[in-house]
Amino acid sequence: MLKIRVMPTLLHRDVGLVKGIGFDSWRRVGSAMQAIKVYNMREVDELVFLDISATREGRPPDFALVDELADECFMPLTVGGGVRSADDVRELLRVGADKVAVNTAAAENPRLVREIADRFGSQCVVVSIDARKRGDGGYEVFTHSGAVATGKDALVAAVEAEGCGAGEILLTSVERDGTMSGYDLALTRMVSESVSIPVIASGGCGCYEDMVRVLEEGKASAVAAASIFHFTQQTPLEAKRHLREKGFEVRF
Amino acid sequence: MNRVAIVDYGMGNLDSVARAVEECGGDPVVTDRAADLETANRIILPGVGAFPEGMRNIRFRSLDRILREQVADKGIPLLGICLGMQLLASRGLEGGETEGLGFIDGEVRRLVPGGEDVRIPHVGWNEVVVEGDPPLFRGIQPGKDFYFVHSYHFCCTRREDVLARTPYCGGFVAAVGRGPVFGVQFHPEKSQRTGFRLLRNFLGL
Repeated sequence: MLKIRVMPTLLHRDVGLVKGIGFDSWRRVGSAMQAIKVYNMREVDELVFLDISATREGRPPDFALVDELADECFMPLTVGGGVRSADDVRELLRVGADKVAVNTAAAENPRLVREIADRFGSQCVVVSIDARKRGDGGYEVFTHSGAVATGKDALVAAVEAEGCGAGEILLTSVERDGTMSGYDLALTRMVSESVSIPVIASGGCGCYEDMVRVLEEGKASAVAAASIFHFTQQTPLEAKRHLREKGFEVRF
Repeated sequence: MNRVAIVDYGMGNLDSVARAVEECGGDPVVTDRAADLETANRIILPGVGAFPEGMRNIRFRSLDRILREQVADKGIPLLGICLGMQLLASRGLEGGETEGLGFIDGEVRRLVPGGEDVRIPHVGWNEVVVEGDPPLFRGIQPGKDFYFVHSYHFCCTRREDVLARTPYCGGFVAAVGRGPVFGVQFHPEKSQRTGFRLLRNFLGL
């Protein structure tokens, strides 16, 4: 049976890792290489590495950095940030990414997702959607690391991403991000029920029970989390033990 | 030490495979040159991507002919990984019908969801159930998890070419083997200790 994945998310900015609240108020949380070595030793299920300054600074992904990190990473690695073309994807795969996350460029140009899927296969395209709740209960897509409102509905964007050949959706709640107050269950459930590709829930995880809720009520296929691993004693391994106790299939 | 040629046909996580081979004690060279393939004593065909584009790139570089010479004529062990495994088939049905390398009889079809919450692509860790006692899986406990990320699967014509299966979408072929030719649908280079054990087994064949 396919196992539930617990995926630490590493956000990179300038020279190191950071973690913020609501895509703001960034705190430094150490070096990327150190984190990757630790997670490698602990054999985590998968890592998400996002360069959150690339698009804002209008630059491509830092291929040399990813190359260095991937050399130490013997677990699946999803890399995002600054991806604007199919050639960026080819280069990231070449230096060691297993999957590539596209956020701003996918929102601006869904055809890019199609092009990447056609060339490299759906399985390596993760469309990352950063969503903020609207007054009417719906959700709006934000790009440029949460800085730019697109006016686009998150559910529409998710269905469109699947239609263009996306292999997975990394779904982040902007206002829950970093708050450790739990995932946005309604958002996750709405998207999970509208697409047939895996949905990775992200944003707001504060304890293992939050993971249980987003898997049960949010129907997520996998859980991503950052603050819980940076700022508390909780670990991916303990998270999986908790999930197993709750009846989920996990890998040890 | 084993000289391992990792075939570069412009697609795939070449660096990851090379690093894993290094960690497993092999001497990797990422290459599309005939000379490197002819001097290697192990060949790995990696791959991330779509079947038609994969075959087009292989043919464009005349790698199909070189691989056939090395593997079929000289018996150099070959391991196909993910798309690299699928390309070993007679044909692929991804985006129309494309002729494959034809090393192992069968065709590559899209996974068909069997149950309620079965999602495609099949992404993540899943168990691999080995049939018989193939040397490629020596020392690996039955039912160990490997990392998968794919939407298509290899349908073998001959039952004896199936080395292992994975219970998803009604069960699909996770590993194939015939003579010196092997293929795995999962990514041993990303499957940590269990994956490294399989790579070491391949290097030691």
